[in-house]
Amino acid sequence: MRPLAPIGLFALLALPLPWLTGSGTVLNLATMVLMLATLGQAWNLLGGMAGQFSFGHAAFFGTGAYATAILQIRLGLDAWTGFATAVLAAVAMGALVGFASFRFRLRGSYFALVTLAFAEVARILANSLEITGAGVGLLLPLAPGLDRLQFTDKAGYYWFALVLCTAGLLIAARIRDTRLGARLAAVRENEEAARALGVDAFAVKMQAIVWSAGLAGAVGAFYTQLFLYLDPHIAFGPQVSVEALLGPIVGGTGSIWGPLLGAAVLQLLGEATRALTGGVTGANLVAYGIVLVLIVRFFPDGMIGLGRPRALDARGVSG
Amino acid sequence: MLLEVEGLTVRFGGLTALADVALTVEPGEIAAVIGPNGAGKTTLFAAISGFLRPQAGRVRFAGQDVTGMPPERLCALGLVRTFQVTRPFAGLTVRENIAVAAHLRHRSRAAALALAGRVAERVHLADRLERPAAELTLAGRKRLELARALATEPRLLLLDEVLAGLNPAEIAEMEPVIRGLREDGITVLLIEHVMQAVMRLSDRVWVLVGGRIVASGPPAAVVRDPAVIEAYLGPGAAERLERERALAGGA
Ligand SMILES: Nc1ncnc2c1ncn2[C@@H]1O[C@H](COP(=O)(O)OP(=O)(O)O)[C@@H](O)[C@H]1O
Ligand SMILES: [Mg+2]
Repeated sequence: MRPLAPIGLFALLALPLPWLTGSGTVLNLATMVLMLATLGQAWNLLGGMAGQFSFGHAAFFGTGAYATAILQIRLGLDAWTGFATAVLAAVAMGALVGFASFRFRLRGSYFALVTLAFAEVARILANSLEITGAGVGLLLPLAPGLDRLQFTDKAGYYWFALVLCTAGLLIAARIRDTRLGARLAAVRENEEAARALGVDAFAVKMQAIVWSAGLAGAVGAFYTQLFLYLDPHIAFGPQVSVEALLGPIVGGTGSIWGPLLGAAVLQLLGEATRALTGGVTGANLVAYGIVLVLIVRFFPDGMIGLGRPRALDARGVSG
Repeated sequence: MLLEVEGLTVRFGGLTALADVALTVEPGEIAAVIGPNGAGKTTLFAAISGFLRPQAGRVRFAGQDVTGMPPERLCALGLVRTFQVTRPFAGLTVRENIAVAAHLRHRSRAAALALAGRVAERVHLADRLERPAAELTLAGRKRLELARALATEPRLLLLDEVLAGLNPAEIAEMEPVIRGLREDGITVLLIEHVMQAVMRLSDRVWVLVGGRIVASGPPAAVVRDPAVIEAYLGPGAAERLERERALAGGA
């Protein structure tokens, strides 16, 4: 088992940032990086480790985001209960999506389409149901305090995001270093061969999607706490699903540090384009697209693979 | 009887790949399935190991009816197959490849990785342990198939042409490995084209032609069986050979 020291070191180094910078912009950016890194990590547990590319992680993110918002607004519960329930609700959603796809052996683009369909159905439901505030969305009352998981300064949210990101790294490292990780890698590389060697592909993929969905749900609940506002597009829109997969693919799928690296690069790139174009809407998306094409073309293992020698034909060998 | 196959029939659309196949494998023996290309040998393994559901027939393993059971459950029961067209986990190292299989009976990562090392040693892959499986040559990939199957600690091992494509030196190296499995209480059913290896290794041979078993018995007897000779050399071949032999004897 590989040591967890690098993760501890990362958390320790990232901890004092709010004391080192007085800039709210820097802290905001860092918080967004950590949040998207965690969302990317959630995607990575399923897409990177198990090779099941989801195009609908918004389904899990949005379930978590709405679950805590509804619990706090409609039932008056505290934000911690809301947060825990958000994770559980997302886990349930993950189990549902997983069962619906893996039970029927849907793989590749079929799986991606099913996840997208779930996210879209959730978006349409959120848009029409009263409990989710329909198209108007949900607004959480401003009430700073630890029981409400609302903070008066940016540092509080930054540390909240750091805890989530570190938790995501620990989960990813734990899975990577145990039997589940070995089995997921086997399923990713060749599902039939894995089954021939006694791997219950359905069971391990279900475990992966449940962890993945739970973590994405936690990020959704964090989003709710940070912005105190949700609407169906913010929570369940395709934009969220794209953000979830873009970071890990740019940074490096299957590596526990890939999602963080990818999120950092993309956020900085987004800021740079905004500055250069004077804030033209969609300019950052164009920049993301260009980076994605370059990465996929020249570094199929992501940026994390840059320093690593790559087997010449590490992919597609079957004969 | 460790394995009993009865009335096994598999069709692909209009093509009958296996027709009413019956065979048995006794514990501790090395049995072989031979037959021309397209005879249905690989299909037979797929149907036994749970990768294909037969249209008719039964498969019994260790006294239990396992027809239609999924491969991962059969593997847990001790029945494992290798693939003729090798399927390495290309992005993983050789050790990690084997460890996936070792995890079937060992939860701990350390135990699985250690067992992987020992199994690799046995099939002469130890020097490649930390290399990516994608780098292996054909001979290496065949060894990896065998190593992974062994790491599941099976009772019955189905080997689909693990010697095909190897050079004579590599075959000579692998034969003792297969023969040695018996000492570990592993029963072997193998598909092989390399006839000399079949003759040297197996206790019993089953001949599959056009989806049907046409002969079975000790290897030396089977290669003299007219039905087998015709299957390989065409109709009338047995008679022709007999005549030639008589002529040669008379001269
Ligand atoms: N999945 C499949 N779909 C359709 N036909 C198949 C399939 N697998 C094998 N066959 C056909 O079944 C026959 C037996 O094939 P196979 O079992 O691979 O033979 P062998 O291993 O003896 O060379 C061949 O005619 C082959 O083309
Ligand atoms: Mg074959």
